[in-house]
Amino acid sequence: MEQSFVNDLQKIVGEQFTLSDKESLAVYGYDSTPELESLPGAVVLPGTTGEVARVMSLCHGAGICVTPRGSGTNLSGGSLSAGGVVLQTSRMNRIMEIDEENLTATVETGVITSALHRDVEARGLFYPPDPGSMNISTMGGNVAENSGGLRGLKYGVTSDYVMGLTTILPNGELLKTGGKAVKNVAGYNLNDLLVSSEGTLGIFTGVMVRLIPKPQAKKTMLVHFPELEQAALTVSHIIAARIIPATLEFLDKVTIRCVEDYAKVGLPLDVEAVLLIEVDGHPAMVQDDAAAIRAICEKHRCSFFQTAATADEALKLATARRVALSALARVKPTTILEDATVPRSCIAPMVKLIQETARKYDLTIGTFGHAGDGNLHPTCLTDERDKDEISRAHQAFAEIFDAAIAMGGTITGEHGVGLAKKKYLPKLVGETGIRVMRNIKGAFDPKGILNPGKII
Amino acid sequence: MGYEKLINCMRCGMCLPHCPTYKETFLETASPRGRVALVRKFQEGDLEGSERFLDYLSLCLDCQACASACPCGVNAGELVAEFKCEKKDRDGLSFMEELVLHWLLPHPDRLEAAAYPLKLYQRSGLQKVVRKLGLLKMFPPRLSRMEGLLPHLPAQPLRRTLQEVTPAQGEERGTVGFFLGCVMSLVFSEASFATVQLLSALGYRVITPKAQKCCGAPNMLASDRAGMEEMARFNVELFSSYDLDFIVTDCGGCGAELKKYGHHLEDDGQAAVFSAKVRDISQVLVEGAALLGQRLRPLPYRVTYHDPCHIAHCQGIRNEPRQLLRMVPGLDYRELDDADACCGSAGTYNIERPEMADRVLLRKIDTIRKTGADYLVTSNPGCLLQLKQALAKTEPQVRVIHLTELLQASING
Repeated sequence: MEQSFVNDLQKIVGEQFTLSDKESLAVYGYDSTPELESLPGAVVLPGTTGEVARVMSLCHGAGICVTPRGSGTNLSGGSLSAGGVVLQTSRMNRIMEIDEENLTATVETGVITSALHRDVEARGLFYPPDPGSMNISTMGGNVAENSGGLRGLKYGVTSDYVMGLTTILPNGELLKTGGKAVKNVAGYNLNDLLVSSEGTLGIFTGVMVRLIPKPQAKKTMLVHFPELEQAALTVSHIIAARIIPATLEFLDKVTIRCVEDYAKVGLPLDVEAVLLIEVDGHPAMVQDDAAAIRAICEKHRCSFFQTAATADEALKLATARRVALSALARVKPTTILEDATVPRSCIAPMVKLIQETARKYDLTIGTFGHAGDGNLHPTCLTDERDKDEISRAHQAFAEIFDAAIAMGGTITGEHGVGLAKKKYLPKLVGETGIRVMRNIKGAFDPKGILNPGKII
Repeated sequence: MGYEKLINCMRCGMCLPHCPTYKETFLETASPRGRVALVRKFQEGDLEGSERFLDYLSLCLDCQACASACPCGVNAGELVAEFKCEKKDRDGLSFMEELVLHWLLPHPDRLEAAAYPLKLYQRSGLQKVVRKLGLLKMFPPRLSRMEGLLPHLPAQPLRRTLQEVTPAQGEERGTVGFFLGCVMSLVFSEASFATVQLLSALGYRVITPKAQKCCGAPNMLASDRAGMEEMARFNVELFSSYDLDFIVTDCGGCGAELKKYGHHLEDDGQAAVFSAKVRDISQVLVEGAALLGQRLRPLPYRVTYHDPCHIAHCQGIRNEPRQLLRMVPGLDYRELDDADACCGSAGTYNIERPEMADRVLLRKIDTIRKTGADYLVTSNPGCLLQLKQALAKTEPQVRVIHLTELLQASING
């Protein structure tokens, strides 16, 4: 990148927050996506909405592309640059307001998700979305990717909470959408359009989210199943019994084996599935729900059922699920974590298909995830240096995504399309879908300078 | 260095919120993930080891909070340290490093003699005069900073006054070797004396071999692996000549290093046996909790605990010190926010990178202030020095004390 342009960037955000040395660029060439890397020409860390606007307007004028980045935990290559400027939002990290009358929180884009959790929960309030990376992911990134998490089944995902956005458009203009009014039908719903736009339509600088009261009580249960189908049926039958658990997590036997090897939590190796179930709400309802769930699990021949009596015990029961990714990731150097998602009723056939596909391509794939909302994480344990195995892994995932689409599901439940899933998107949304998306992109970013090459 | 270890990083970013330098800067180059990537790119030939490259790496405090957080078991701090060692093997030590690491540290007598002028400086009143007249401003900044960190030195190092064998009180449970750290002996002799008293009170015969040398951790800070290995071999041989149940230390830094001897000296079977016997004092005290509990008398203090990196991250010891503090009757224990975040001392880091060290320290001081505690307990001399000096300036009501000193105070009532 030309030094004069870097100097112009420096004039806006300051020398300290403009990086163009070789070493810095090298480490801004990746996010959390395996295999993918692409070096930017410069990195800026603006501190205010005004600075973001000026950076965008400068780049727009010069025709230089910009890629927004929070903490760089994207799993679909969405925060990889296309050679232009990477704009890191981390410095804009103030929680501006928690409005206890309207039950909203207004934050700057770089606020860490779990920091918001801590602040609102201290006031008896609750912001449910809890992506796996919540200790480092930014709120702006969560909105851009429409992040989910463990509580999706009962509480929904990020889009269910976004009430307002402050966005800098590709030409540097400021767009404010939504607000504190619960009902708002004025014009197109631009909030919803911007959520999950993966940094291709605008850069969020402010986010306003809806809060709800914090549930009073919680109960955690751990259940083992010798048969996969029975575990899957249990999930469906819990919902059919009109019980919506806050968490309904699943581990398959590959994951169980890895967890046991790594953490020795006492899981038997002959079970096919483990479910971690959490119900929350009014204490009386939590009690009733837990009893009903126990009856359903027993009817489906669970081999083990434990309810945590204390908060410490609950933490212990959740260990297996909590360490699942660590346990899998330690087996081999490269971990490809996917998020194929199917309707809840298709959990059993999907898990079976993943297991058969792994056998067919001679791969180790552990599956865990959010059984309650059908969002599974088939995780391939491989080694990027083994080109043959990597190529088999890609073939296997292509088949898994095809199957997810055929079952009425989707290629990505929460990681986004970015670069990694781009080639599968047309299969899912069709030619018309792609054309509409292109037109939307063109309306926001006619010069195509904002996070180019992503999604479509 | 093992390329294997580098490619295990899956770049998930779970280390970022735990890294003190990332929290201060938000820069990827100042994050564990970024450091692993830098070293990897150096090995792959994409980056040369330029001055700037080394400067980025040396911003690492090596607190290893990232290792505690990493899902894949990557230890970025250790990888950076290994990289620096390999570079040092090629470049060689500077004259000063040679002097301190190879002439001074391996010989406790020389080390104690070197501390003598400092003691004279304090006792003669010269320190008071220098500070009062603001003469420090005339010192080079680095020296003036070091002067500020000078603790009050006890009259005699513990190594000089402690008996080689301290008998067990009551029924003998076993024999332990006491590894007396250099700084503990020179500066915190009262705390280490309390450690020996506690061990004896729990029924341990305590052997403190007088010939023991520095653990070698300072050598590793200067990336001098050969120097460390020499100390390690000496200490392993020395302690192996006694019949010991455990080798106990009350210095987090020494404990972390001693536990790695087996790994450092792979060819030496005795080193692995030595390392397997090493215990932090809190681990031994927890085992004797029932007996200890009977002896503890009420202390009416508000207390909080700072986890030294070398205890929490390097040795994985978090519960034991808290469990011991909770046993003291009358003690109002308050948990510190981010208790296991580095205090910024980090060996010689606070002298090498004062600006970043101060930013990291400031965060720690803020969290300590918020607890309202009047005693801050910790168990590593680096943290004790750093926090004593800093709290004396801004929060003089907070006393800084080693875990064993507090427990001994409770026994004394």
